[in-house]
Amino acid sequence: MSATFELVCPAGGLPALKAAVDHGADCVYTGFRDATNARNFTGLNFDDASLKTGIAYAHQRGVKVLVALNTYPLSANWLQWTAAVDKAAAFGVDAVILADPGLMDYAQRTHPQLRLHLSVQGSATNYEAINFYRERFNIQRAVLPRVLSMAQVEQVVKNTPVEIEVFGFGGLCVMVEGRCALSAYATGTSPNCNGACSPGKAVRYEDTPAGMETRLNGILIDRFGQGERAGYPTLCKGRFEVDDETYYAIEEPASLNTLELLPELMRIGVRAVKIEGRQRSPAYVTQVTKVWREAIDTCRRDPVHFVPQAAWMAELNKVSEGRSATLGAYNRPWK
Amino acid sequence: MKLALGPLLYYWSRQRTMDFYAEMVEQPVDVIYLGEAVCSRRHEMRLDDWLDVATVLADAGKQVAFATLPLIESESDLKSVRRLMDAARDDPRLTIEANEMGAVRQLAERGQHFVAGPTLNVFNGHTLKLLADCGATRWVMPPEIGRTALAGLQQEMPAGMQTEVFVHGRLPLAYSARCFTARRYHLQKDTCEFRCIDFPDGLTLKTREGADFLTLNGIQTMSAKVYHLERELPELAAAGVELLRVSPQSDALPALLSAYRALLDKLPAQMPVGDYCNGFWYDKPGLDWVTT
Repeated sequence: MSATFELVCPAGGLPALKAAVDHGADCVYTGFRDATNARNFTGLNFDDASLKTGIAYAHQRGVKVLVALNTYPLSANWLQWTAAVDKAAAFGVDAVILADPGLMDYAQRTHPQLRLHLSVQGSATNYEAINFYRERFNIQRAVLPRVLSMAQVEQVVKNTPVEIEVFGFGGLCVMVEGRCALSAYATGTSPNCNGACSPGKAVRYEDTPAGMETRLNGILIDRFGQGERAGYPTLCKGRFEVDDETYYAIEEPASLNTLELLPELMRIGVRAVKIEGRQRSPAYVTQVTKVWREAIDTCRRDPVHFVPQAAWMAELNKVSEGRSATLGAYNRPWK
Repeated sequence: MKLALGPLLYYWSRQRTMDFYAEMVEQPVDVIYLGEAVCSRRHEMRLDDWLDVATVLADAGKQVAFATLPLIESESDLKSVRRLMDAARDDPRLTIEANEMGAVRQLAERGQHFVAGPTLNVFNGHTLKLLADCGATRWVMPPEIGRTALAGLQQEMPAGMQTEVFVHGRLPLAYSARCFTARRYHLQKDTCEFRCIDFPDGLTLKTREGADFLTLNGIQTMSAKVYHLERELPELAAAGVELLRVSPQSDALPALLSAYRALLDKLPAQMPVGDYCNGFWYDKPGLDWVTT
């Protein structure tokens, strides 16, 4: 088993950061209040003062703070992204999480002591790609897109000196992160360049005789009958018609939960597990951090006999988006 | 400006694919991208088939490049990329379009020049410069950005770098490890029965009120509308774009290529009609059609 196995928890603001720190996170990841990160939502993220406070709070308690700068700068706004790197370095964060190679090059040259993580938005799904970022920019860790099977994750770990972090819990992108322009196509808001998908400003709920309709920039994403809860119209989670059948054509609204895979993740040498959800409440962060801390500690003590406790699963199910949990791509049979 | 035919994104039978490229010998297109650029499970065309096609096209004076897969997950995926690179090294008339950074690493290591494909997420000049240092001599703009971003990039263009822009076809918008064509027919990806071969232009996804919205093409999701930059060609030329990419489709491709060729030669052109969009070029939602 690996020497360390970190629990990386989301913080969309100072209360969530404190919740994560207080309940057992090894690292919290954060972002600034702008398009430099992939959770660029109104009312979310850190201004300078709150990030400084958060870093001090975490560091006093031995917890690391990471800053996600994981969107792609254009030539015109390049300086906004480099300024964000400079600020993160000046504030003394423990690492920045980057996707753009140009920005990694800048960070490595300007702040050689700053630890770099390759974001899931970098779409690196194999060791050749990860080793590219290692050789060119000296990245220390890579976050894998949520598309690989367990055997494929193991193959990556075996062939790179870069620490591997995987998603363990939370909302699920069915598309390869960094390779999805669906929201840009439908709404003009690009996850890659604007840091948001299916933005609230494009959403409309309409109560019609046919049922509650949810629209994104006028496009009908779903229609709900009586007794159905009208979910947020994330583009890929709608019901559509294909070859005369209407169904969740791309993705069911389900949430990722890999708690039962914990011994396997540790065995193959994964170094960190990430909890999704910077847009979620401090109560969510508290609940999920507590359960995962306890599960990780239990698993480290006795991985052979580890089974997720029913109470943990019940707690996690309470905070899941959607009604069901899935193991995502990890349990895909190796072909 | 030159006319380029992008890689065939759909899954066609071997015979249909061979016939299609045999027809391209006579078409007014300068550069042709070959190879499987969507799903590693598709195997109608073997590497030797592709190499035969490449030889015929190169003999006919076409520039030929092989696109690599944008999603490389397994050791066997890596092996097939290495075999493509070997083939390109052995025949100087062939180049590689790299569509993920693993391919870039290996091409740089081998000292092979390459095309930086549209899924490499080149959004600024710093990243483009890095790719130039790795051996890229051409880059394909990600379709989700348009005129403003291109103008910025052109100011930071590394010397000798050619710019290619996707001007016509259903837009490749997203990639997944899952197959949405298989999902429609209640099949697992690993036992998909290659159902995408039944849909030579993909499978249309409609909203619940019957509007065409997206196209399912295996693990790739595309637009239902056809991206179409026609009136914008003078602007593209002024912006320093050197290659225009037309994406293969099953119907009326020769007519389409002839129309673009005529436009480039400043001759009257008969552009086929279609359900077109051009929003990305104007920094709008991609599905918009800007007419001003």
